[in-house]
Amino acid sequence: MSRQGTRLDSKKVNSELFTLTYGALVSQLMKDYENVEDVNKQLERMGYNIGIRLIEDFLARTGCGRCYDFRDTAEKIQMAFRIYLGVSPTVANWSPAADEFSLQFETNPLTEFVELPDHCLNLKYANMLTGVIRGACEMVQMEVSAYFVQDQLKGDNVTEIRVKFIKRLEDAIPAGED
Amino acid sequence: MSMTISAVRPRTSILDKSLSRGRGEVSLSCYALLFSELVQYCQNRVYTVPELQNKLAEMGQEVGVKLIDLFFVREKNCKREIKLLNMLLFVKSTMWKSLFGKEADKLEHANDDERTYYIIEKDPLVNRFISVPKDKGSLNCSIFTAGIIEAVLNGCGFPAKVTAHWHKGTTYMVKFDDSVITRDKQLEER
Repeated sequence: MSRQGTRLDSKKVNSELFTLTYGALVSQLMKDYENVEDVNKQLERMGYNIGIRLIEDFLARTGCGRCYDFRDTAEKIQMAFRIYLGVSPTVANWSPAADEFSLQFETNPLTEFVELPDHCLNLKYANMLTGVIRGACEMVQMEVSAYFVQDQLKGDNVTEIRVKFIKRLEDAIPAGED
Repeated sequence: MSMTISAVRPRTSILDKSLSRGRGEVSLSCYALLFSELVQYCQNRVYTVPELQNKLAEMGQEVGVKLIDLFFVREKNCKREIKLLNMLLFVKSTMWKSLFGKEADKLEHANDDERTYYIIEKDPLVNRFISVPKDKGSLNCSIFTAGIIEAVLNGCGFPAKVTAHWHKGTTYMVKFDDSVITRDKQLEER
């Protein structure tokens, strides 16, 4: 896997450009919407749009096959974070039924240079990430929900995204075919 | 006297952390998709190509103002440039290298107007995966980068207007205020 990684990872972009571009987008949303909840939703939706396209790239790049179970899925999501954002979240806190886990981040490239002002405490600054996870999984016939439970921007020790398996999408029609 | 204490105060502020060396990287696919969302979002909120360009430029400026301190503290030992040419070279070399991994292809001075400079980039990063629809032929999403350049120049005391054009790939046209040229000449005379 690492061999493939180095070959294909030649196309990289400075993470500060990425961070600041994301920041410009978030601050634009904050100006355009009155309600912070709407900003959270919009970020999630944009992430979803990215996820449904990014999964193709991921499959092509890694040659991953189907997942055996949700633990397998968790590992692949973890791998995707490493490939795309250069961070390795820890997979933790499995539910007893193994249908729910957490991704814990020590660092998050999206939030470098970021401090939340007091009037934005409800803002889920990096909410795009949850959308990406949902979109990507949906394209491989898995409905999941993903949401932030902890955030270093809000004083928590780690940033934590909870991912919950909802159901398999059996009769998914390819996008644009309906 | 009353004092507002934030409900959530991080133990360490961003100023307590040491400045990263700026070597972090993310995948190009990621950036391209993020930029695509940014363009689509802007597009959905405007009616015309010029409006869209303005919106993209504004977002670029948002990025640019934040780069000034970052780069001057990290790369230039906190010393700002005062000479026009040095400032332009800073943009072409230092800034471009950090942002895009390479220097800009060319920096040229207009023959017929001393206020105008061109920064030329054959294949700008942000345009790499964008195919412009026929009905929006004049749209060049590199106006986002033009916004970055403009904010950096303005923030450093070299007021200018920067636009992006389809010429030799993409050409950023930098048009300085008269005051900038006058001041630079005075500096030379000293």
